[in-house]
Amino acid sequence: MNIKNIVTAFAVLALTLSSSVASFAADITLLNVSYDPTRELYTDFNNSFARYWQQKAGQKVTVKQSHGGSGKQARAVIDGLEADVVTLALAYDIDAIAEKGLIKPGWQKELPHNSSPYTSTIVFLVRKGNPKQIKNWDDLIKPGVSVITPNPKTSGGARWNYLAAWGFALHQKGGTEAKAKEFVAKLFKNVPVLDSGARGSTNTFVQRGLGDVLLAWENEAFLAINELGPDKFEVVTPAESILAEPPVTVIDKVADRRGTRKVAEEYLKYLYSDEGQKIAAKHYYRPINAKIPTRLAKIKLYTVDQAFGGWKKAQKTHFADGGTFDQIYSSAK
Amino acid sequence: MSEPLSTTKKTEGRAQTEPAVVRWTLISIALIFLALFLLLPLAAVFGQAFEKGLSVYLDALKEPDTLSSIKLTLITAAVTVPLNLFFGVTAAWAIAKFSFPGKNLLVTLIDLPFSVSPVISGLIYVLIFGLQGWIGPWLQDHDIRIVFAVPGIILATIFVTFPFVARELIPLMEAQGKEEEEAALVLGATGLQTFFRVTLPNIKWGIIYGVILCNARAMGEFGAVSVVSGHIRGMTNTVPLHVEILYNEYNYTAAFAVASLLAFLALITLMVKTIAEWKVRQQLENN
Repeated sequence: MNIKNIVTAFAVLALTLSSSVASFAADITLLNVSYDPTRELYTDFNNSFARYWQQKAGQKVTVKQSHGGSGKQARAVIDGLEADVVTLALAYDIDAIAEKGLIKPGWQKELPHNSSPYTSTIVFLVRKGNPKQIKNWDDLIKPGVSVITPNPKTSGGARWNYLAAWGFALHQKGGTEAKAKEFVAKLFKNVPVLDSGARGSTNTFVQRGLGDVLLAWENEAFLAINELGPDKFEVVTPAESILAEPPVTVIDKVADRRGTRKVAEEYLKYLYSDEGQKIAAKHYYRPINAKIPTRLAKIKLYTVDQAFGGWKKAQKTHFADGGTFDQIYSSAK
Repeated sequence: MSEPLSTTKKTEGRAQTEPAVVRWTLISIALIFLALFLLLPLAAVFGQAFEKGLSVYLDALKEPDTLSSIKLTLITAAVTVPLNLFFGVTAAWAIAKFSFPGKNLLVTLIDLPFSVSPVISGLIYVLIFGLQGWIGPWLQDHDIRIVFAVPGIILATIFVTFPFVARELIPLMEAQGKEEEEAALVLGATGLQTFFRVTLPNIKWGIIYGVILCNARAMGEFGAVSVVSGHIRGMTNTVPLHVEILYNEYNYTAAFAVASLLAFLALITLMVKTIAEWKVRQQLENN
């Protein structure tokens, strides 16, 4: 605590001393390395933050964006992509960056709510009128239902899909790990094509017209409807699904070297502000602040920690080489 | 990939003995194939691009991120092509007109980028210059950015387009032989004079042909550049990468509008290539 106070005191001192300089504060750029479905959210949010920061600090800040599969993006940061902040799909990917020493350990405790300013879940996107009457997870394993989901080996979103289905089977009466595995295996028998990323799958479903149901991030599903016409698709929210907590953090090494720590931290904190939460809600993320209105349906959500004992364990059991996905998929062929 | 220029003189006269039916069937198959696999996609690109009218098309191209991707692609080509032109001419000259130990090795090395997958071509630079790579940490200490920045994109592009100029020139220069150069030297010309007055005019169209192919690939390269780009919007996205991003954002019209630029480039390339090919053949026949 003491050290923190001293640091704060120094910071205040430094700020006062440099206030004359600060009025000429140079323009600053941040790089936010994120995952695929957040493009629209952060385009919106970055503009809002730039206005906020201009007013608060009198400094012009430009936030650059980079998007891709969550695992791929983490790898790029590890290889030297100079991200001031990362906003990825799962804590596991940020842990991978932390393991290389770019982020201080314990990063997930730095910000409230496990450093996840918004949450999301997995829902179904079906064709208008829901011709196959898909209402819940057990409808997905019926014969003749074609399910579109990306490859869990390469896509963060696909891993959530996989675990959501697994968790559902586990929660059924008499549900066991063996039954869950059988359920997921049946589900993947209904998957005609595995794309490498979430956006790829969405394009397969909406553009190429393949499949009866797309397992998708809730925000992706609504975005697809908004972009491509509510007359073609509708969202089905299952009775229960998995709670996805996409975390955010400052890359300590980069922010300290570039001298952007203060802005980077403010940027992430702004995600928790009313304004930030409203923008998240607008883009169909679930705000963590219960006071912010949301259009999303109430749903029973279970976390990875509850159902799978955390991401590290889930990753090892299900998606590592020889894990349950490999077992299911090689036997399905 | 490009086929090397035909260096043998065109054999005139017909050697057709097949009946007309066979000939026409073969020709129609080739034409239908062309239409199906080349013209149709090309038409689709332009069709989609102009689907919502000319003003939407132009707006899509004026978008700042698109403009910056065009700029980056032009910069990349502007650095890559002259370097590979210089290297290609030097290497072809050395290989075709002189014999020295290690010549075969050099020829093999020039071909290397053709046989390596573009993804690997990008990855080698990440492995060398990346933060976990050999000299990445040193570069970072000195605040030098290679991968996930413009230099990395240029390096990867140079690697991928390395063989184009040399590969076009070597067979051409070998076919032309060294008699003219030898005559020039005997008549008292210096090495440089020989090169600029004798060799260069002879290979002029070959060079243009190589440069245009090199340029087309430099502007169109996707795989290698994708690996080293980092995909920072408005900074490290080249035109092909930007097309993918737009497509993934459901921005189909803009994606095809930008793609149509690459299609234009392909058409121009094809045109110049045809002219160059024709000129080369003419030159060889005149010799």
